[in-house]
This record gives sequence, C-alpha cells and structure tokens, in this order.
Amino acid sequence: MKSKTKVAAPKVLTDATIGEKTFKERLVRDFKMNGALYLIFLPILVWYILFRYKPLYGLLMAFQNYSPFLGIMGSKWVGFDYFVEFLTNPQFWRLIRNTLTISITTLVFGFPFPIVLALMLNELRIKWFQRGVQSLTYLPHFVSIMVICGLIKNFTSDQGLINDIIAMFGGTRKSFLNYPEYYVPVHVISDIWAGIGWESIIYFAALTGIDQQLYEAAQIDGASRIRQTWHITLPGILPTIVTMLILRIGGILNVGYEKVFLLYNPLTYETADIITTYTYRMAIGEGNRMGYSTAVGFFNSIICFILLMASNKVSKKLGQSGLF
Amino acid sequence: MDNRSRGEKIFNVFNIILLTLLAIVCLYPFWYVLVASFSDYGQFKLTTFMWRPVGFNWAAYARVLRDDMIWTGFLNTIILMILRVGGAMLFTICSAYVVSRRKAMLVPIFMMIIIIPMNFNPGIIPLFQNVVSLGLNNTMWALVLPQMVNAFNTIILRNAFEAVPIDLEEAAQIDGATQIKILFMVMLPLVIPTLMVVLLYYAVEVWNMWFDAMLYIKDKGLYPLQLVLKQILIEADEAATGGSDATVMSETVQYAVMVVATVPILLVYPFLQKYFVAGMTVGAVKG
Repeated sequence: MKSKTKVAAPKVLTDATIGEKTFKERLVRDFKMNGALYLIFLPILVWYILFRYKPLYGLLMAFQNYSPFLGIMGSKWVGFDYFVEFLTNPQFWRLIRNTLTISITTLVFGFPFPIVLALMLNELRIKWFQRGVQSLTYLPHFVSIMVICGLIKNFTSDQGLINDIIAMFGGTRKSFLNYPEYYVPVHVISDIWAGIGWESIIYFAALTGIDQQLYEAAQIDGASRIRQTWHITLPGILPTIVTMLILRIGGILNVGYEKVFLLYNPLTYETADIITTYTYRMAIGEGNRMGYSTAVGFFNSIICFILLMASNKVSKKLGQSGLF
Repeated sequence: MDNRSRGEKIFNVFNIILLTLLAIVCLYPFWYVLVASFSDYGQFKLTTFMWRPVGFNWAAYARVLRDDMIWTGFLNTIILMILRVGGAMLFTICSAYVVSRRKAMLVPIFMMIIIIPMNFNPGIIPLFQNVVSLGLNNTMWALVLPQMVNAFNTIILRNAFEAVPIDLEEAAQIDGATQIKILFMVMLPLVIPTLMVVLLYYAVEVWNMWFDAMLYIKDKGLYPLQLVLKQILIEADEAATGGSDATVMSETVQYAVMVVATVPILLVYPFLQKYFVAGMTVGAVKG
C-alpha cells in the first residue's frame, strides 16, 4: 500500500509566531509580554511630546508677524517674507561670516594642538609627571564659563594683566574686547587654552590602545622613535583624528554662543555677532521681532542639521561608526 | 632605559621642559586669581605678575561671604541639581533600559522618537514660547524640565545595558521579577561606570547653567549661581553706570568670587578623574 505522507516543511519558530498569525495577534501578545516596559517609557514619551515635539509647532512663528498677545493662531501670516528679508540683508551674511571665521580659525589653530599634546604626554616615562601635567592641562575645562569669561574680561581690560605685560614692553594699552579686530583672537586663543587638555584626552586614550607589541617589533628591527611615531603611532590614532575632524566640521556653525554672548558688546558686533546672539537680540533684547527671529533660527537649524547628516554620512563611508 | 640614543634623551629633556611650560601656562591664570583674591586691593593695582599675595588679607572673602545673592545662588543651584539631575537620571535610565530591549515591537518606534529631535534644535524662540505656553515661565521648573533629558546619554546607557549578559536577565525573569525590579536590582548595578559618566555630564550641565535662567527667570531670588556670577563678573561695568542694582565689586573681590564658585568643583574633581578617560571612549569614538 502506498502511503502518502506529507512532510510539512519545518516551521521556523520564533516568539512572535508561536500560535499567532495576524499582526493584531502579535501586537496583543507583545503588549502582554512587554506591557510593563511600555509603561515605564510612558512618562518619558510624554516628556518628549511636551518638550521636544510640541515646540516644533512654534516654528510656525517664522511665517508670521507674531505677537505674544495674539498667539500663534491669531497672529498675521507673512509667509516667507522674513526668510527673503534676512537672506537679502548683508547684515545676515555678516553673521555667517563671523561664525565661519571663528569656527575655522579655531579649527586650524586649535585642532592640531591637542594631538601634539597627547603625543608628547605619551612619550613621558615618569608616570606621576605625566598624570600631573595631564590633570593640570584639563583643569580649565572644569571651571565654569562664567569664571573663564570673568577672567578674560579682567585680563584684557586696559588695566588688566595682559595690558600690564604689554605696557612693560612699551606697548600701548588697549581694552581688547572693545575692538572688533581683536575679538576673534581673544575668543580663539582662550578656546584653545581652555580646551587643549580636555581634547587631548581622547587622543591619549587612543594612544594607549595601540598594541605595544608593534613598538617592540619595530625596536627589534632598529626603528628610531621618530620612525616608530610615524609608522605606528600616527596610523594608530588616525581613525580617532579623522572622526574628531569630521565631527568638528559637521558642527562648524556651532560656535560657542555663550562665550560670544558674555564677551561681545555693541562695539564688536561687526566681528563677534553670530546667528544665535542676533536671534536673541531681535526677539528679546532690542527688537520685538519674534517672527523674524524664529525665521533666522529656523534657517540656522536646518543648515546645522544638513551639515550634521552630511558629516555623519562621510564618517560612515570612511568606515567609522558615526554617531548612530 | 639605557639603550636610548643621545638624540632621544635630548628630545626627552625638551619634551619635559615644554610640557612644564604648558602646565604653567594652563595653571597661571588660576594661580593669579587665587593669589589676587588674598591681596590688598591698593597694592594689587600696582602689581603686574603675582606669585604670592601682596598685602595678604581676607577682606575680599569677607565681602563675598556677606553677599546674600551669592548664597541664594548656591542654594538655588543645589535645588536645581537635585531636581534636574535626579529627574534626568531617572528618565535616562528608564528610557535607555526600554530601548535596550530590542525584541519588543514598539522599541524601534521609541528609538526613533528619541533620535529625531536629537539633532534638530528649533531655536530659542520656539522653545521659549513653549515654556511660556506651559505656564512655566519664571519658575524653577522652567530650568528643570525643558532640557532635562539628553538623547546622547540615553544611547550611551542603552549600549551599556545591551552589554549585560542575557543570562542574568533571564535568571531574574525565571525568579518572577517584574521589569522594574529587573531594571533597578539587576541591571543597574552592572552599568555603574556608565551611570557615573552620565551623572557627571548632567551634574556639570546644571552647575554651569545660566542662559536658560537668564531667559526664563525674572525673579532675582531664583537666580542660580552662574547667573549671580554673571552679574558680578560680567555686568560689573553696567552696574557702575547705574545699570543694575548690584553693587560693584572690585577686582580682588571678583577673584574671590571666582574662587568660591570653583571650590566645589575642585573638591569633586580628584574623585572623578578616573571616569574621564573612560567617559571619552564610551561615546562615539573608538580609538
């Protein structure tokens, strides 16, 4: 007798498909299993809606002649008028120019130093000295920006320490923060001073991750320390350097607005005014142009977003992990 | 050590000298501040480089400790620390844990909800308008709630949770533990280093906060410490022209203020040093 036995193809059993077929049934089962989890997330979900998504509604103000008395629903619509206004306003391009100047100057002059510092620290044999110097160099990072700016204000004032030194060498005293041509140097130099130690940590960590055996092998082969540095150390930290560089370029429009805010004044608007400080003044400080200010801020956010996505893509393409 | 060439030894000496100079340059501004704060004002004005106090006295500190605003500032900052860092840690831990459970169906959606706003900042005005519309303007809560959670930290913590071996979680589930119990009794103790990094981040953020306070707080009694510092250190000239009702403090007193404001950080600093290097590598960059 011929028996026809149907052999069913083995079913792949997963948690979700045991016994259920429809999406709805899977959903119900998932809620039964993970309901507590979702409940835990609920307050956070509410927070995100209230404080991250609801503000996006406020972006509508960019298209209105907004008045706080009339609210968003009641204010008059002006469409893209404000966007046209600032894009054709040379004052606006001054802001971009200032932002880029500060950013690029800091990048060019400030980027290499932490790397060099990390390399130099790495060469030290005396551990206590190494750790001591390292700790001292990143101390400025932990002093609040208010104190740092207070320091800068006092030192650069015409009776301050820096001018005392200049006077000692016979120069003329200048209150540097009152001259537009000195704003960028003061900003950049103080950024480098405050950041060099902290930023070198990440390179230092990368250096300690390089396999010591490579150095030993090179030494056996008779390589000098310079050659070792060139062929082992630098390639070893190159991924870190590239990632940091890409991150910096992606954030090129994000100049430290807090510092500008604290150190600038009407005399230095020409070189110190950046987008964030301008939007603040337009909305809250002097002008009452909340709609206009929102438009400028909106534009800035979009550009920053594009830069961030682009830099992330580039970073991924080069084989690094990016931010996500 | 003896088989280093002469060239290397010379380099080593140069290296040490340069690094010492760098350390001095990094340190001297603070040393100056410290030394000046203990100096007599009159003599201070006449001196350039200071390595020791000139005319040692405590007058500057006496002036600082008498100032009500500074004490209020400290108090407000401490209150904010407790509220905001506490809230931030709670929310970050919970959301990081939930999104680390990848097998749950809603988790990818949650993840998107967290990540999308991460890189798009609508700007000061919409955020301001939002706070006003929620009735939080001119209250402490305006400083606690709006920026409480940081998505980046959530991701870092999520990665830490994911690194925990699944056997531990399953063992707890077999023992009948609820999700909350698993989270707080099993998982949390295992990610303490990462927790410290996140805690440090939030603490520093609150300590340094001033811009949000300037935006939302009109009541001077609610000013956090940094905003009080701003009045004393940055707006000093305006006060001199009658711009605000803060009394002008001379440089030596200003330096004393800086020292007083930085001491808490310096006290905590040594204990946290070991987390710094770990913290830098836990983030996006792998060396």
